[in-house]
Amino acid sequence: MSNTPALEIRGLSAKVADEDISILNNLDLTLESGQIHAIMGPNGSGKSTLAKVLAGHPSYQVTGGEVLYLGQSILEMEPDERALAGIFMAFQYPVEIPGVSIANFLRTALQARLGRGEELDLFDFQDQLLESMELLEVEPSFAERPVNDGFSGGEKKRNEILQMAVLQPTLAIMDETDSGLDIDALQIVSKGVNTLQQQNPEMTILMITHYQRLLDYIKPDLVHVMVDGKIVRTGGPELALELERQGYADWKIPS
Amino acid sequence: MPKSKLVENLDLDNYKYGFVDSESHVYRTRPGLDESIVREISKHKKEPDWMLQFRLKALKVYESKPMPTWGGDLSDLEATLDEIYFYVKPQDQTERSWEDVPDNIKTTFERLGIPEAEQKALAGVGAQYESEMVYHSLKEEWSSKGVIFDSIEDGLKNHPEIFKKHFGTIVPIADNKFSALNSAVWSGGSFVYVPKGVHLETPLQAYFRVNQERMGQFERTLIIIEEGAHAHYIEGCTAPVYSTDSFHSGVIEIIVEKNARFRYTTIQNWSNNMYNLVTQRALVQENGTMEWLDGNLGSKLTMKYPSCYLMGRGAHGSIMSIAYAGSGQHQDTGGKVVHAAKNTTSSIISKSISKEDGRSSYRGLCKVHEGATGSRSNVECDALLINETSRTDTYPYIEVDEKRATVGHEATVSKVGDEQLFYLKNRGLSEEEAMALVVRGFIEPIAKELPLEYAVELNRLIELEMEGSVG
Repeated sequence: MSNTPALEIRGLSAKVADEDISILNNLDLTLESGQIHAIMGPNGSGKSTLAKVLAGHPSYQVTGGEVLYLGQSILEMEPDERALAGIFMAFQYPVEIPGVSIANFLRTALQARLGRGEELDLFDFQDQLLESMELLEVEPSFAERPVNDGFSGGEKKRNEILQMAVLQPTLAIMDETDSGLDIDALQIVSKGVNTLQQQNPEMTILMITHYQRLLDYIKPDLVHVMVDGKIVRTGGPELALELERQGYADWKIPS
Repeated sequence: MPKSKLVENLDLDNYKYGFVDSESHVYRTRPGLDESIVREISKHKKEPDWMLQFRLKALKVYESKPMPTWGGDLSDLEATLDEIYFYVKPQDQTERSWEDVPDNIKTTFERLGIPEAEQKALAGVGAQYESEMVYHSLKEEWSSKGVIFDSIEDGLKNHPEIFKKHFGTIVPIADNKFSALNSAVWSGGSFVYVPKGVHLETPLQAYFRVNQERMGQFERTLIIIEEGAHAHYIEGCTAPVYSTDSFHSGVIEIIVEKNARFRYTTIQNWSNNMYNLVTQRALVQENGTMEWLDGNLGSKLTMKYPSCYLMGRGAHGSIMSIAYAGSGQHQDTGGKVVHAAKNTTSSIISKSISKEDGRSSYRGLCKVHEGATGSRSNVECDALLINETSRTDTYPYIEVDEKRATVGHEATVSKVGDEQLFYLKNRGLSEEEAMALVVRGFIEPIAKELPLEYAVELNRLIELEMEGSVG
């Protein structure tokens, strides 16, 4: 089992569902279990689309290739089935759910992971929630606030990682989690992610980011450069520093 | 969070579909309505002559008034009214103790959760079965404080003076066609009197339930809250599902005296063939506060606009309502506030949910009379549409005859967004669970005002209604 990659993407192509706009073009990517990878690339290169396609967003249609999660194809699975299988996405733009508290929301999400007739232990849940909130350095009252409703950008991102901490995914896809975070919040969020990965070394993380900054705090095993819907270069963390110095200009493929 | 745990544990599936007990009425009129039926009802109830005359007068007014042409579609109603029984009496006496309540009625109550309510010492459960109170308990301490919580019939019998003084004064016979009809054939309902300065901590609760096909339910409730008194009255209704049309037309009259405070909470879940046309109105005196908390689910058509007439200086009226229109249903609801004195304040918060081809309408009136200076009113109505075919309309009527008054109106319409659903599904919720969660969040500002059991029940009903909402 340990030889099975957490995520194996083979020749993946995808387009916008309603239009003939191809965004992912024959993309290959493999993450071994427990690895942290970063995908960097210029705006419009398809990074966020990749995250959404992996999560099963209905606005995109897969036109070719295969995505294996722990050896199983997930392309036919609904977004909630993927979530229950252990795939989590931290959203670039988290969505507001007015009137639903974070605690209630997470309790519902954990309950959904249990079988029918199984009841979530509310005391365990409470402990877990408090522990996770401590990790993300938010007040206990945070859990009583309606999900993302009236949150600052930083609070929304913290809430994403809080959910990740409580739901404990096997594969976490972080879509530009660093955008909109000030340096203090970035440190807290990064510390949270690192702690989660230490607690669960099997957790595999795919980080999508525009900037090298995040990688100062969360050390990737590999860095990929994505341009025009495919991976054009892969390297170690030093690749991110190189990009930081040189920018993406060299990678643009003239059209 | 314990609240949410309860939701999971409740099994109210039968609740949704309704259940029917074998009928055990001892007397009922023949279908349809004429003067002899009205006389029969009054005679059967051994009423004083003034009430018979009141009923007969009301019948004439009812017959003379045309069917309303506004609001919902009432075109089938005339035929329906020829078919229904206007009076059904299940038992000879009003029961005092739980032991005396017949078993089949107990079964119904158990399924409605009344014994639990008893265990929780919620106190004073007056349960209405068919057209009349059959079970009634009133806490000793309340009796000692002079509080009256009776069936409307016993109110008339045992407290004739106060009854006659107020009955029909808040909602006059001729207010509308259905208040006239109710005035002619009313049966069942509550009579509540809270004397000066008495504060009731636990709510007065009445359950009632329509249990016979083609039977009309014309409950009549009269509530008097004396100066400086505080009370909360809760009423919940459910109805079994039948194939033919059914009809409910209640009249609720409430008097809130100076410095008094009263809340009327009701959640109604009628069967989907029910016409539900209710007139409920409160008169509020100086510095008094009236709060309507109104939930409307089910029915074929509901037309219901709880009203506050703010008659005394500084009086406050609040109307909070939730309407849920499922397939084939029309909820035409809202509220009325009339500012007739200085420094009166009011607020209407109305939330509606429409699913499939369900239709919800907000219809509200805010009237400020000349001289009601310093008055303020705020109306907020929010509609949530579940499907593309769902419909919502807003009909706000604002009549302000006083320049030194402030009236605000705000309306929003929202849809359950694809991004919201995707977000929730990404956390492991099925589409139906996601939908139910969004809806629960939408009604939360009102649901949190409800007593716990009602909030749980409402959430559970919403969950059941969301089943099959997808696709």
